[in-house]
Amino acid sequence: MYRSLFPRDMFAELDRLQRDMQQAFDLSPTIRGIGRNGFPAINVGGTPQSIEVFAFAPGVEPAKLEVNLERGLLTIAGERKSDLPKPEDKAAVHINERFEGSFRRVLTLPDDADPDAVDAKYRDGVLHISIQRRASAQPRRIAVQ
Amino acid sequence: MNTYQTPATTQGASNTPSAQQQAQPRSRYSDAALTPPVDVIEDSGGITLYADLPGVSRDKLQLNVEADTLTIEAESALPSPEGLQSSHTEVGLARFRRVFTLSKELDTEQVSAEFAQGVLRLRIPKAQHAQPRRVEVKVG
Repeated sequence: MYRSLFPRDMFAELDRLQRDMQQAFDLSPTIRGIGRNGFPAINVGGTPQSIEVFAFAPGVEPAKLEVNLERGLLTIAGERKSDLPKPEDKAAVHINERFEGSFRRVLTLPDDADPDAVDAKYRDGVLHISIQRRASAQPRRIAVQ
Repeated sequence: MNTYQTPATTQGASNTPSAQQQAQPRSRYSDAALTPPVDVIEDSGGITLYADLPGVSRDKLQLNVEADTLTIEAESALPSPEGLQSSHTEVGLARFRRVFTLSKELDTEQVSAEFAQGVLRLRIPKAQHAQPRRVEVKVG
């Protein structure tokens, strides 16, 4: 999402520093990692019953959103059309920070995610995916006879 | 969509945190806000601004034009199931704020705004006198 204009851009340097810090303190470095600064930005959380994923993808047509769950990998893909003018419009683009084009992000889900109980909603530009955990993996109280 | 406020309220986020806020660690982020990414496009008729405000509902979006300052403020509200514990966070704040200085030739009385699926589209036309005019060349 971030595009550096100058090779020694101060903001790019700060960005790199922040990434290094995050890598050093990241407690669960999986082989696929979770790439930061991608589109859409993703928040992940969990409750004892479910895994909740929030993808911040404003301005995407719901029909162009694709959510796949395969072998524990959750893929969020889609396309966001550009709002920028065409060359023949004779318009000047002063600021261009918003993402455009196709995107794909992949998350590794915990082992107890149930691929048959997934619910995805798109509202106000946020894709909310709720994946139930398997019943067998949920904590159970065992009655003592 | 124009609402007019005193500068004191629109510039609130730049104030230094008060002693009361420091006493409560939870409100440490109450003034902090994310800067939404924008596209700004200018054509001969005016300026169009697009801003990404995911998770914001229409009633939580505030647009203020005061003198030559445009302020976009919004709060996002995500559904959070009971007992939700975050494990990975890329969007850590639920507030957006961005301030722009408008130039004189823009007509702030005629600002129009559309908001759909978390994308704000603002159109600020140029004042009538600043519109490009074609000067006719008389032959004689």
